[in-house]
Amino acid sequence: MKKDSTKLLSGVSRRLALKSIGALGGAAAFSSIPGFTGMVHGQTDEPFRLGFQVHRTGIGAAYGRWYERTTNAAVARINSQGGIDGRPIEIIAEDDGTDPKRGAEVVEKFATQHNCDAAFGTLFSHVVIGSAPRAGELKLPYLVVSEGHHVASGILNRYTLQPCITDVKSQVQAMAPYVHDNLGKKVTMIYPDFAFGHDHRDYFSEAFARRGGTILEQIAIPPAETAFTRYFPKIPRDTEVLYHVMVGPAVLTFVKELGEFFGGSGPALFGFIDSLEAVDINSPGLEFLDGSYFWEGMPRYQQQGMLAYDAEYRDAVGVDANGASVSDARDVSTYAHMFGCWETLHFIRDIVSRAQGSSNMKQAMIEAAESVTDITESIEHPQGNKLFNGKTHQVFGHQYITRVNGGRLDAVHTTSIEDTFYPDEVDYTQQEF
Amino acid sequence: MRQNSNVVALHAGILASLLILFFITSAYHNGNLARIMVLAVFAMGYNFLFGYTGLLSLGHALFFSAGMYGLGISMHHLELSVLPAFAVALLFTAMVSAAIGFLALRTTGVAFMIVTLMFAQAGYLTILLFGKYTRGDEGFVIQQAERTLFGLDLTDPSIRYFAAFALFAASYLFIAWAVRTSFGRCLVAIRENEARARMLGYDTARHKFLALLASGVLSGVSGAGYALLFGYAGATFASVQYSILPLLWVLLGGSGTTLGPLIGTAFAFYLVDISSEFTSAYLLVVGAAIVFLTLFFPQGLAGEIRRRIAPWLP
Repeated sequence: MKKDSTKLLSGVSRRLALKSIGALGGAAAFSSIPGFTGMVHGQTDEPFRLGFQVHRTGIGAAYGRWYERTTNAAVARINSQGGIDGRPIEIIAEDDGTDPKRGAEVVEKFATQHNCDAAFGTLFSHVVIGSAPRAGELKLPYLVVSEGHHVASGILNRYTLQPCITDVKSQVQAMAPYVHDNLGKKVTMIYPDFAFGHDHRDYFSEAFARRGGTILEQIAIPPAETAFTRYFPKIPRDTEVLYHVMVGPAVLTFVKELGEFFGGSGPALFGFIDSLEAVDINSPGLEFLDGSYFWEGMPRYQQQGMLAYDAEYRDAVGVDANGASVSDARDVSTYAHMFGCWETLHFIRDIVSRAQGSSNMKQAMIEAAESVTDITESIEHPQGNKLFNGKTHQVFGHQYITRVNGGRLDAVHTTSIEDTFYPDEVDYTQQEF
Repeated sequence: MRQNSNVVALHAGILASLLILFFITSAYHNGNLARIMVLAVFAMGYNFLFGYTGLLSLGHALFFSAGMYGLGISMHHLELSVLPAFAVALLFTAMVSAAIGFLALRTTGVAFMIVTLMFAQAGYLTILLFGKYTRGDEGFVIQQAERTLFGLDLTDPSIRYFAAFALFAASYLFIAWAVRTSFGRCLVAIRENEARARMLGYDTARHKFLALLASGVLSGVSGAGYALLFGYAGATFASVQYSILPLLWVLLGGSGTTLGPLIGTAFAFYLVDISSEFTSAYLLVVGAAIVFLTLFFPQGLAGEIRRRIAPWLP
């Protein structure tokens, strides 16, 4: 990973920031004069159309609901500051049904019916992988907030980027040092027997072995399983850490049965918050999780003195200090992931600024994105500093480990960005546009 | 004689209309129509078994995904070019269809529905189980550079449209021909009264097996075509909803009609596409439309046309 040159300080380099301030000052002066307002609205008065592929229905609906709220908050903020390149953002939101077929159709709709300038949004990997080929063929910049390893693995295309949320490979491997050094050296893994679980199995096992730890057992749970007790006897007795990444509606049953099986005397627990996004950690049946550890992309519970822009970001998106909606404390957010939408929208604003003047804006946006390296913690990027790899189109950033403590998740460790690095698997800049 | 000319004119008119639509509709509708034509092949395959033979399967996602993965894995892992990969897909789907036909046709009625559903679920879980090759629920991309045929880029919108049209036209004409042969008429006889057909000396078991084989292969053609033209293969297409969808399309369009699958697929596609622009509860709109059509047009759109206007409609 190269760490040089072009820096996004709140998304812009110092020179660009100064130029922008000057331009904004001039624009403000001109815009106060009647008759000149049209001239400061960038190249066109047309709105900047952003296709928002959102999981409104299907298994990803809880994520979609919060992705949409975060997106709306970010758009309101950006528009209040003059929009993108002087153009107000117009969000064209379409439900992908958390389905790859509909996802691809929606991307086509953005490109050929709505004439969107770019598309962004979706979380679930199968929707991204099903949609990205069409985005590439239609030459539509497609910025995903998915955390899948699909972008960096090289299977997608030059028009697809993941600029503001880290991928599962870097997340998982960054957990291995902490688990090994603090929780235990002998791990048993329980994971769903499909691609998401396999990613955890493969990436964590590899990283944990490199650290000198031992994976005692890998227990795959078949999809659609609803009872888990029969799998627990497979957990070796000398297990020191149980690594779990169950997802879906059965996760509450899983945790409850795990608690009943061990009765408070089991191994240390480490899991990914994906299992419990949009779920209140104080829900009945989850008491057994007290004292266990979780990965979080961004801590759900506000941490004192940790992330400088967290409070401001929470205010903007309407989330309280416990990670729930300010209007309904039972409506828990998907806080560990949804920052990706906020940051991606600001990222888009920044790369469009860089691409100004190009006759082929979509191509220029991709080239501008590929030239980004550093992303500095700011209100535009409240999750923390990041490094964007223009070759792999994937961002790398800090990961957070929290511990369930008396009904809240307290941060106990922040990984370095370097912990998340792995060798490049693709160089998209070598692909033709 | 007049009926024959009507039928020929209808089929030629449908195909000509689809060609003309390419030139008069926007890029957006071009893309939609390409997708609809590919998926209509799936519906036609389903209709051959359900609409003409009277066998209600709840497991056609298995055949669709067999074609999809037959082509996808051949291209992705074995690095075959398009034509050999397509041939592998058809062969694989034919084998799967034959195996399912051999086993499932020992049952009838509700039992047949359940057995086909169970086989499809087994197929879905098999795809997840062999995630190393199939990438399970995530699926995999068939790269743009690989999707060329005779030097033509199948990802080009025009070429994609005409490739979809070619698949549709071949399947449509095959169905139109097959249902008018003695074999096709025997299938209808089986649908209406299997015992009577058997008593008349027809080998109904053989006919049903061949109908299932043809139905499965057509579904596989659609799956392979979808993967080829849209660049993706994934386990979602093997899930139960993709067994329900062709049933829905056929019911909406009119079962036992050659035109029904195309009408039903297009109707369902645009119903979702348009209603989702106005409400996030678009599935409610779809549900209400289905209830309405079932109540007032129980034979589907094409079925109603046949009943009210054109009794010669095949």
